[in-house]
Amino acid sequence: MPHNDCVSAELADTPPPAETSATPAPPREPASRRRGLTSIEALALLLIFGLTARPGLTEIFAAPAAQAWSARFVAVCVQAFPFLVLGVVLSAAIAAFVPAGFFHKVVPKRTALAVPVAGVAGAVLPACECASVPVAGALVRRGVAPAAAFTFMLASPAINPIVVVSTFVAFPGDPRMVVARVAASLAAAIAIGWLWAKLGKTEWLNLPKHHHHDDGKWAAFWSAIRHDFLHAGGYLVIGAAIAASLNTLVPETWLQPIADDPVLGVLALAVLAVLVSICSESDAFVAASLTQFSPTAKLAFMVVGPFIDVKLAAMQAGTFGRRFALRFAPTAFCAAVLAAVLMGVLLL
Amino acid sequence: MRRDAQAVILLLVGGGMLRLAATGDYLNYVKPYAFWLIVPAGAILVAVAAITAVNTWRAKKDADDGHGHGEPKVAWLLLAPVVGMLLVAPDALGSYEAERTGTVVGAEENRSTYPELPDDVDPVPLTLLDYAARAIFDDGATLEGHRIQLRGFILYEGDEPQLARMVVSCCAADARPVKIGFDGDLPANLEPDQWVEVVGEYTDRQGRDEINGELVPYIAVESITNIPTPENEYQ
Repeated sequence: MPHNDCVSAELADTPPPAETSATPAPPREPASRRRGLTSIEALALLLIFGLTARPGLTEIFAAPAAQAWSARFVAVCVQAFPFLVLGVVLSAAIAAFVPAGFFHKVVPKRTALAVPVAGVAGAVLPACECASVPVAGALVRRGVAPAAAFTFMLASPAINPIVVVSTFVAFPGDPRMVVARVAASLAAAIAIGWLWAKLGKTEWLNLPKHHHHDDGKWAAFWSAIRHDFLHAGGYLVIGAAIAASLNTLVPETWLQPIADDPVLGVLALAVLAVLVSICSESDAFVAASLTQFSPTAKLAFMVVGPFIDVKLAAMQAGTFGRRFALRFAPTAFCAAVLAAVLMGVLLL
Repeated sequence: MRRDAQAVILLLVGGGMLRLAATGDYLNYVKPYAFWLIVPAGAILVAVAAITAVNTWRAKKDADDGHGHGEPKVAWLLLAPVVGMLLVAPDALGSYEAERTGTVVGAEENRSTYPELPDDVDPVPLTLLDYAARAIFDDGATLEGHRIQLRGFILYEGDEPQLARMVVSCCAADARPVKIGFDGDLPANLEPDQWVEVVGEYTDRQGRDEINGELVPYIAVESITNIPTPENEYQ
């Protein structure tokens, strides 16, 4: 853990070696590490460089494609950061103020029962998926069964009141679409929870450690916000960059011939949902505008999006570890597509 | 990353968001309502930065720091949106995007009501999306007999100039254009991305978008006037 390095470095009260090594050095040899820039010095240099290079930067980003890319990148970040802040504030509050035994009392003991309860409870968090990932992380740390926490994480951005209303507005006069979306999302989220309870292994999870604070609950609260935002925010930036690139580079003309085939259409919109990484609160409007596609394909777009997309996969890898994300992402994708197709056949 | 560096990054991200809100540039990236999300979030980040800085300073003074945790290096990436927000500050998406994306009007297909336009206003200002929906899905029934005023920017589909405006559902990443063709004589000097105010009347002429095959309605042009770029370029 890199934690130990910096603790020992700052304790020594010498200019700390900071982030020079890519791999965490074992704590027993801090003295032998080469002295490099401290992170605050590196940051200062970067900032000065950024300010002096600004005319050059503006020139590089003057090309229309680069402008479009950077506008999309900044847009995803600016839209997602507030929800991420909401999520990390909630998760920090859970970590700092909710007593450890609380969730044992509230959540049913049997995982099989806890999963559907967690799914329905997802309706109370009126935020999009950026908020639900850190909250799920905090729930797991607080001793909630991972299966139930994951079901909550998947269900909450898909079935909360804001999403239901926006879906209703985007598909006026077609309440079946709302019903199908809620039913498919809830069913898939619960299915994944049960699947995890049956097959999931705890060693896949790698939750970043939180330090214990003796300075009281508020210190722990602020510290958790800082830690979680820097951590999840970094991964969000990766996802935003990928989403902006795909949005800018993949021409829409590719979609047209695919739309006419019912099977390919569903798969195409499911993959599109993964790539474009739109907030669940507004993906219904985008789905509604993809008029070439069948209703089931649009439903798949709206069920898959809140479950898994490139931005979420990066954040899940950051919150729960890479080994988890590698298994979870494909499973969530398949479950979402299956549930959407099933509901599409039944209802639409 | 040391905690003082973390505080600086938090300050830059939070401050960048507050600056976007203060200058109004946030409208280039997100919907107007997002102001009420950006401001509290930015303020919280700045507060966390301040608390982190104070704690770090105190810990140094007392020389009993117990928690200078190294954070994941991934936090450095947060400098990328900071550069984007504060240094590059890209403009709102315009004709470059609109020429590569199909018109969005199909989303309005299920709209149930087309309220009558007021008789005492001339010309009647309409949004491009409203005009297009009335023209395509209501056969222009409510548009007949009115002079219409539309505001948007110019883009070229091949050699043909069109009026367009970007429609944003969530943030600019999902911006899609709504396009309207011009029928009649046009001024020769229409530049891409120039904002214009068009006054004209409904015509039943329609075309097809080359990209997604959706219908593109036309307007019989009476006048085209250049206008300054509006504060909120999206709809």
